[in-house]
Parts: sequence; structure tokens; C-alpha cells
Amino acid sequence: MLENVNIIIKGIFIENMIFAYFLGMCSYLAVSKTVKTASGLGLAVIFVLVVTVPLNYLLENHVLKEGALTWLSPEYAEVDLSFLGFIMFIAVVASVVQLVEMVVEKFSPALYGALGIFLPLIAVNCSILGGALFMQERQYETIGQATSFAFGSGIGWWLAIVALAAIREKIKYSNVPAPLRGLGITFLITGLMGIAFMSFMGINL
Amino acid sequence: MSNSLFSKKNMKLIKDPLNDSNPISIQVLGICSALAITIMLENAFVMSMAVLFVMVFSSLFVSLLRNLIPDRIRIIVQLVVVATLVITVDQFLKAFLFDVSKQLSVFVGLIITNCIIMGRLEAFALANKPGVSVVDAIGNALGYTWILLVVGFVRELFGTGAIWGFKILGTEGDTEALLSIPGYEHNGLMLFPPMALICVAVIIWIQRSKNTKLIEAN
Repeated sequence: MLENVNIIIKGIFIENMIFAYFLGMCSYLAVSKTVKTASGLGLAVIFVLVVTVPLNYLLENHVLKEGALTWLSPEYAEVDLSFLGFIMFIAVVASVVQLVEMVVEKFSPALYGALGIFLPLIAVNCSILGGALFMQERQYETIGQATSFAFGSGIGWWLAIVALAAIREKIKYSNVPAPLRGLGITFLITGLMGIAFMSFMGINL
Repeated sequence: MSNSLFSKKNMKLIKDPLNDSNPISIQVLGICSALAITIMLENAFVMSMAVLFVMVFSSLFVSLLRNLIPDRIRIIVQLVVVATLVITVDQFLKAFLFDVSKQLSVFVGLIITNCIIMGRLEAFALANKPGVSVVDAIGNALGYTWILLVVGFVRELFGTGAIWGFKILGTEGDTEALLSIPGYEHNGLMLFPPMALICVAVIIWIQRSKNTKLIEAN
């Protein structure tokens, strides 16, 4: 239990998807103009991560890893399909997002309209595939750990984008130099926030 | 009517992404990998070549298939094409450039979700002939490459004093370095992710100062 809590805390602060690994930067920079849309996108990312990472974990451990296919037949003990990881993970992510899109469209048209184009764009958000690839690299022992990792990373991403949106709303009335307006100042703010989050580095949980 | 290879239209497709519609600084695509792997110039170069390869061939294949792909599943089809090419690149890197592959780790796989590739496939390859699509892919890949190389150069030079592994700057008594300056210390902060963001911000600043058309309205 404590192990899972540690993984969640690590995902939020020490190994933050945005500030430590730079995953999901494109939509992070594009959608952070107001806190409301930023929060909506962050919650959508948390949801997709928590659904796809455990699914990919099951796929990795029962189909792709070396020796994973032994449940089919003992002679497959040496088969290593991990090179197919990329294509299988992205297929799972794209299908889950397509499913979520269809369900949201059916049951909550208002939410579907509010999210607009950004719901299908979550499929190509680096943080989702990155979550799956990190899970594969780190070889978590149980599905509980993999889900905690997904939950923690999602919350970290949400925290980062809401914080940036809040700052961008505040600096709307500041005298930003013209060439830096918009994208440039956003990069600088994110860089400074990244340096601030570096203070969590080296904390061993 | 077919355009010759070096016609004005094709040259525009290559020149625009280098400056006016640069994928990283103007279109805001492909940021993730640009920031994370530019600690060393060699990694930046290998990543750029990998992206160039995947972009050119995915644009070619998607453009050839553009009339056969049903609209509802076009994202999945594009992802499958790109994923297959990235698996090829990953295996190639693991076989011939293992050290670099270890440092690039998950970011080779993340080329699949590199927004530039998906962005160009959606915006160009799906609606244009194979020839022009390839030219457009090359242009955008070059625009991405030069930013990666500049950031990689600055970070490696000031972070470790080396360029592509060859030591240039060093403190007093550093016999391997080309220039030993007494009291010089490497800027360790350059090796951390936030500095890449600040480097790109400076590049954007310079780019938009020179080309005032690109400044965003308030």
C-alpha cells in the first residue's frame, strides 16, 4: 500500500511528466490560456492514463514480454515480442480514446462540445504513450503499482497545466516584450517552473 | 502539369518551415523530443535524422494511400504507418548505435506521437500528391533539425565544455580541453531540462524580433 502511495507522490512531484520528462508539451502549451479549459484537459488526461496504462500493463506482461506467452503453451517460453510494444500500445490508446469519444458523445453532448477537438488529440499526446513506455521500461511488479503510476503522472500533468494557465491569466496585463508575447514567455515561465520543481530531485521515497 | 523538382513552389515548401512556419517555434509542434534529448549534440543529430526518415516515408505512404483511407479511422491508420516506421528505426538504432539508443530511451518510441509528423500528415499528405508531400516533409524535418542542433550545441558546450564529445572548454589544468581557462566552471544547470525551454525561448525571441510579422497579437 505504502509503495503505491510513494509511486503516486513520485509521479506528481519528483518525476512530473511535464517538468522532468517534457511529455505532452504541445497540448500543454496550446491549451493553457485559461484555467477552465486547462483543468478540463488535465482531467481528461488523468482519465485516459488511468484506463490505458493498466490495459497496456496486462498486454505487456501476458503477451509481449519474454516468456510471457507461456500461458498459451510451454514451447513459447523464449518468444520475446517486446519490439511490437510501440504498435500495440498506441493501438490500445487510440482505440480507448475513440471509445471514450463515442461514449461522451452519446451520454453528455455538452461535455463533448466543450472538449471539442482536444478529445481525439489526447490519443497522440506524448504523455499517454510515454506513460505506457515508462511502465514497460520500469517493469512494475503489480497492476496496482502500474495504476498508481498512471494516477500520479496524470495528477502531475494536471497540476502543471493548471498552474501554467493560472500564471498566464495573471500576466495578461503585464508588459511582456512584443517578440516574447504568447509562446516565448510561456516557454520561459515553464522553464522557471521546471527549475522550481527541481527542488524535489533527489528525494528518495 | 507537373512541377519540376526545384520549382518555386517546392522551394517555398522547404524554405517556409525553416523560418516563417518553423514547426517548433511557430507551429508549436514536436516540442517534447526537442527539449528532452538535446543534452548532447550527437543525440540531437541522431534524433533529427530519425524524425526525417520517419516523416519522409510516412508522408509518402499516407499520400499514396490517401484515397483509400476511410475518414473515421484515419488517425488509427496514420498511427499504424508511423508506428511501423518507428519500430524499424528503433531496431536499427539498437543494432548500430546502441549507446545513443540507450540515451534516447523512450523518446525514440515517442516519435510516434511527435506532433510534427501527425500534424503534417493531417495537414498536407492526406490532401496532396506523394511528390509534394515528400518535399513538405523534408522542409519541416529540416526546420525541426536546425532548432534541435542549435539547442544541443549550446547545452553541450556550456554544460560539459564539449562539442560532439570533443572537449573544447575546460578549467585550468584540464589537459584534454582545447581552451583551458583558469577559473572556468561548466554550467551544470544546462544539463537539466528547464534550460532547454529557456534556450528555445531565446531562439523564439530572436526569431520574432527579426521577423515582426510573427509577433502574436495581444
